[in-house]
Amino acid sequence: MIRKLMYAAVSATVMFTASATANDYASDAEIRKYIDTLTELGFPPPEKDQLVHIPPTMEDLETADIHPKLKQTIRRGYDLFTNTQQLRGENVFNNMNCSSCHLGEGRMPFSAPIWPAAVTLPNYRGKNDHVNSLEERIAGCFAYSMNGTPPEYGSDDMLALAAYHQWLASGVEMYPKQGIYGRGFPAPERPEELSYANGEKLYQQECSVCHAEDGSGQRVDDKTVYPALWGDMSNNWGAGMVRVFTAAGFIKNNMPLGQPRSLTDQEAWDIAYYMDNQERPQDPRFTGDVKETAERFDNFHQHSMYGKNSADDGELLGDHENTGGKPFLKPFNVGVPRNFEANPE
Amino acid sequence: MKKTPITLAAIGLATYASFALSEPEGDPEKGASAAAVCTACHQADGSGKHVEGGESWPRLAGLNAEYIAKQLHDFKKGNRQNASMMPFANMLSDQQIIDVAAYYAQMEPTAGQGGDNASEDVLKRGQQIAERGDWSQYIVSCKSCHGPDNRGAGAVFPGISGQHAGYIKAQLNAWKEGTRSNDPQNLMGTIAERISDEDIHAVAVWLANQSPVAE
Repeated sequence: MIRKLMYAAVSATVMFTASATANDYASDAEIRKYIDTLTELGFPPPEKDQLVHIPPTMEDLETADIHPKLKQTIRRGYDLFTNTQQLRGENVFNNMNCSSCHLGEGRMPFSAPIWPAAVTLPNYRGKNDHVNSLEERIAGCFAYSMNGTPPEYGSDDMLALAAYHQWLASGVEMYPKQGIYGRGFPAPERPEELSYANGEKLYQQECSVCHAEDGSGQRVDDKTVYPALWGDMSNNWGAGMVRVFTAAGFIKNNMPLGQPRSLTDQEAWDIAYYMDNQERPQDPRFTGDVKETAERFDNFHQHSMYGKNSADDGELLGDHENTGGKPFLKPFNVGVPRNFEANPE
Repeated sequence: MKKTPITLAAIGLATYASFALSEPEGDPEKGASAAAVCTACHQADGSGKHVEGGESWPRLAGLNAEYIAKQLHDFKKGNRQNASMMPFANMLSDQQIIDVAAYYAQMEPTAGQGGDNASEDVLKRGQQIAERGDWSQYIVSCKSCHGPDNRGAGAVFPGISGQHAGYIKAQLNAWKEGTRSNDPQNLMGTIAERISDEDIHAVAVWLANQSPVAE
């Protein structure tokens, strides 16, 4: 049973309508309640005609009418997503789990929910300038955010991760025409000035109790409790989170944990800017020259501090060959173009 | 590294961090004699007690020493309110606090109480809150701060696995009602506010049934 309803509610004095996807796992009333919960926390309500989707949970999976083997595969995907550290030393060479950045098991709006990938890919991606499949998109996270190398395309682990993404998208049409509510880490408006000093002060006040004064996070019994925000055990210079606007969007909408939208836009940006002025493992697209790399991938690095002088000590950021815990620079999936030039445009 | 303390002082970071930096080692043997006043409630083995329908006394055995010391300081300063604890905390000098904390921290943790007779459904819900949270209500999992298997993460986030159900319930209710607020940045408070009474019960009984240490 998949149907559409027009979701209408009064937010402050503004009437808005958005299109919600009711499915076997979320009723209309549940969607309304969900939006109320989010707006009470300070999240914006859906814009007119935005697609609102509540992904099914792992409890829903138990009762779903799908083949037991598929359930098993999705469970494996969930397990990999929330405990990606089990691939440490093989595919993952830092302290991150997928769920370190995609909060709520990849289901939460404003925390880069992962289901949109399953319904919008294959699609063109500016980062590597070609059309990417879902597996290829997931592989990108391994290369950059996990500072590692992806499980092979078509492998059991890749299948499981893709199946988990697709399961969360249950009931959503492919290639939806509408915008998606809470997609990505929506960045607050960039303030005129960013302050390193204010970012540092705020970081130590608001973030360091969990992520440590030196950004290294915290692990207990070799398990990540709080991910490293910079340094060898964090994502490398090629990860989306090094774009200051992406980090600002993550912080504003998700941090401190349990207190989303509690920091001002300026505060979120300043903390993101402070973080981005710290060192981290080399971008796997490194050509051997940081300035050249930054220029070649200017569509990405114009938003990061990579190849620029640190606002702290003036050092050129990213000017090193340190690959963190990873004993190589470039995983198999980086810098592999595709083209269909034989086919007409 | 030399600039760290200066930076910290300059930005007026929570007193906690500077206090932790200068913390001297506690002496468990001296702590044992100072803890004589504690045993009536917290028991000689540090196990505390679940008191059904009354005030439960937390297990202290095996908790992080810095965490215990901070709580005692907070009772003394009035940052954490508890009529039973305050007079005893007031009797302890700063050195005795550190010693008592070291004494309890090195004890073998004992099992949580108060989790018997809970139904399977209640335990299942408790496990969900503890390990995965309920994001539909923006309740993050206990484990995302209290660490793997909820056995604690550093000096700030105490182990709660194998703690008594009555104590966990009382603390979550205190945060919910605003009568406990000595957590950093209201991290526990904001989450407790959103947890229903049923879920507080469920998570308390589930945690009480878990082992405080790896088996």
